[in-house]
Amino acid sequence: MSSKDAILNAIRRGLKRGPLPADQRAMLDGRLATHPRHLIPARSRVSRPEQIALFVRNLEKEFATVERVPDAESVPAAVADYLAAQNLAPRFAMAPHPELTSLPWDTRPMLEFETRRGEAEDAVSVQHAWAGVAETGTLLFPSDPTRPTTLNLLPETEIAVIRASAIVGAYEEAWDRLRAERAGDGPNPNPSGGFMPRNIMFVTGPSRSADIEQTLELGAHGPRRLHVVLVEDEPAARSALSEGDPRPEAAREPVARPGQIANPAD
Amino acid sequence: MVALTSPDFKRRASRALGDARLQTALKRGGSGFHSKRSQAIAALPEFERLRDIGRDIKNHTLANLDHYLEVFERNVIANGGQVHWCADAAEARETVLRICQAEGARTVTKGKSMISEEIGVNEHLSAHGIVPVETDLGEYILQLVDEPPSHIIAPAFHLNRDDWETRFRAAHTDLPKDRVFHDRRDIMAEARGKLRERFLAADVGITGANFLIAETGSSVIVTNEGNGDLTQTLPRVHIALASIEKVVPTLEDCTSLLRLLARSATGQDFSVYTTFSTGVRRAQDLDGPEAYHVVLIDNGRSNMVGTDFHEMLRCIRCAACMNHCPVYGVTGGHAYGWVYPGPMGSVLTPSLVGVEKSGHLPNASTFCGRCESVCPVKIPLPKMMRHWREREFERHLTPSTIRTGLGVWGWFARRPGWYRAASRIGMGALALLGRGRGRFRSLPLAGGWTEGRDLPAPEPGGTFMARYAAAQRNGGRR
Repeated sequence: MSSKDAILNAIRRGLKRGPLPADQRAMLDGRLATHPRHLIPARSRVSRPEQIALFVRNLEKEFATVERVPDAESVPAAVADYLAAQNLAPRFAMAPHPELTSLPWDTRPMLEFETRRGEAEDAVSVQHAWAGVAETGTLLFPSDPTRPTTLNLLPETEIAVIRASAIVGAYEEAWDRLRAERAGDGPNPNPSGGFMPRNIMFVTGPSRSADIEQTLELGAHGPRRLHVVLVEDEPAARSALSEGDPRPEAAREPVARPGQIANPAD
Repeated sequence: MVALTSPDFKRRASRALGDARLQTALKRGGSGFHSKRSQAIAALPEFERLRDIGRDIKNHTLANLDHYLEVFERNVIANGGQVHWCADAAEARETVLRICQAEGARTVTKGKSMISEEIGVNEHLSAHGIVPVETDLGEYILQLVDEPPSHIIAPAFHLNRDDWETRFRAAHTDLPKDRVFHDRRDIMAEARGKLRERFLAADVGITGANFLIAETGSSVIVTNEGNGDLTQTLPRVHIALASIEKVVPTLEDCTSLLRLLARSATGQDFSVYTTFSTGVRRAQDLDGPEAYHVVLIDNGRSNMVGTDFHEMLRCIRCAACMNHCPVYGVTGGHAYGWVYPGPMGSVLTPSLVGVEKSGHLPNASTFCGRCESVCPVKIPLPKMMRHWREREFERHLTPSTIRTGLGVWGWFARRPGWYRAASRIGMGALALLGRGRGRFRSLPLAGGWTEGRDLPAPEPGGTFMARYAAAQRNGGRR
């Protein structure tokens, strides 16, 4: 008997039944096909402006930095200014995504870049974020020929460009969008005919570790810095972003700093 | 493989209590985990309802585990990957070795994986000339010092900063001897540099899996460092090691469990990297592995299905139970003597290696119930430890002194009149002896108790039952 059969038989013995009858299997396959949602926390069930403000607040809480720009044409300047402010050379590897390659980079002739995957010696990457999840300030990077995974991992600094209209409230909304956009003949067809990209990373802040004395430090193996350029392509987003966090400074959550003992009481 | 030393728990626990450096490390780590978890949960009012949902998703999956595993396998294959069903540890490590040998692999990078400790992959690969390199920061230093992890999500929980410096100096002899580690960041930067070379050179990357998704044939890893992603993205071959109970039906099911996992583990709302891997590199892709293998491991779990320990298979390995355990908090993980420490280990270890080989683990509990109250999928850990104690007793594995003591107690407990009389006499004698002192520093036959603490002398006024009876007579007031 193969190990597969031995394992399946042992499971069935434990469950005191044989293989599932056809009607039971059909019911389970129906659940897989309809993939019902469970409880979605209320925190992201808010108005569109509040959703986007929540996304930004959560990103900043997790040590990412965010710059809001009024339109896509402003992205090259935002990238150039960020690199200058961080004392980084104006050089980067960029995802070959049409929303990035179509930007007016020639307005900033000092910027040098190549469109390709990430390499070990890259200091900076410019990556296209396919979606953002407000619930936890999470960026989604499904892999495809225009969005190589290595750009999220190898450079010391990752700059992610995201459109405000790509921000959703909860993870489940992103799954639905992925299913709708990529079923069958997406940009990089799935051999199974399914919608899943080979790899999809959910990224919430820069790389970190607390393995040394349970104390948080940024930049373990992945990027030390995560900078998000948020393009306000949605009127609702614009009004929210110009207001920023409506609460007074004192009412905001205290933010732990890297290097602090991972104990909020400190 | 982690050598099994669980029968030695009592001696190792005593030694841990006297280890000042270990106590420093345990105190530092524990309180941070508590307060971060409670803050994260306070910020999510739905957390309690999500725990019920998490429990129900896992129960539904386990009730149909055979079906979901077969669906998972079909979808892995449809995406160009392979599934290897392995009944036990030996078959699993041999499978990994065969894949590596077929690729002509010389070095293998590894993401953090408890199942890989369980099946002993590293030793097996090394014995056949393939170099395994642990890339999680905590696992990396443990590999340098040849120690097993002491915690399932913070493997180097027991080490202090100077341990890191000493061991890095001893291991990284190519770096300047007079370099200075100003702070933790310098230690981390050195590891980052060293491991970068390894990531780039590796032929095969081995990760664990926090979840497997039947609907899509995906494996999911959850990390903060990004080492797991470098491990599964850069080499030609990705091997994901996963035990059979990791499968869940859909992305939505996984998402609900992910809302519980990081909050229960590190107190983060979400871990930094949560990555879903599905099959092999696609035609036009610029990166990603060309081969994708899932090694699906049973190693004793299918025998837990339908038993008193069935619910243990819901565990999502968040470590909240050990982070909140008063016993783990003072002994650390190594005392438990195998891969899985703390309350979840005290239930799982006897299930996987046998109660006769896991010694005192089910007894390493005060039954305070904190583990169950923080468990994100509501596993009744104390109840299951009690089941193991019963089996230990039934199989005559309990030491004879304890059996005799329990026998005597049982005789009295079944005869309430004798019980009350005996406790009255015993209390009277103790009260008389302890008069004026209030406590005993030592007592005959109770050296085990009084060695570490005083025994309070009974207060005057008789036993509880006597006082209760008196109160009843005085008009029913308690």
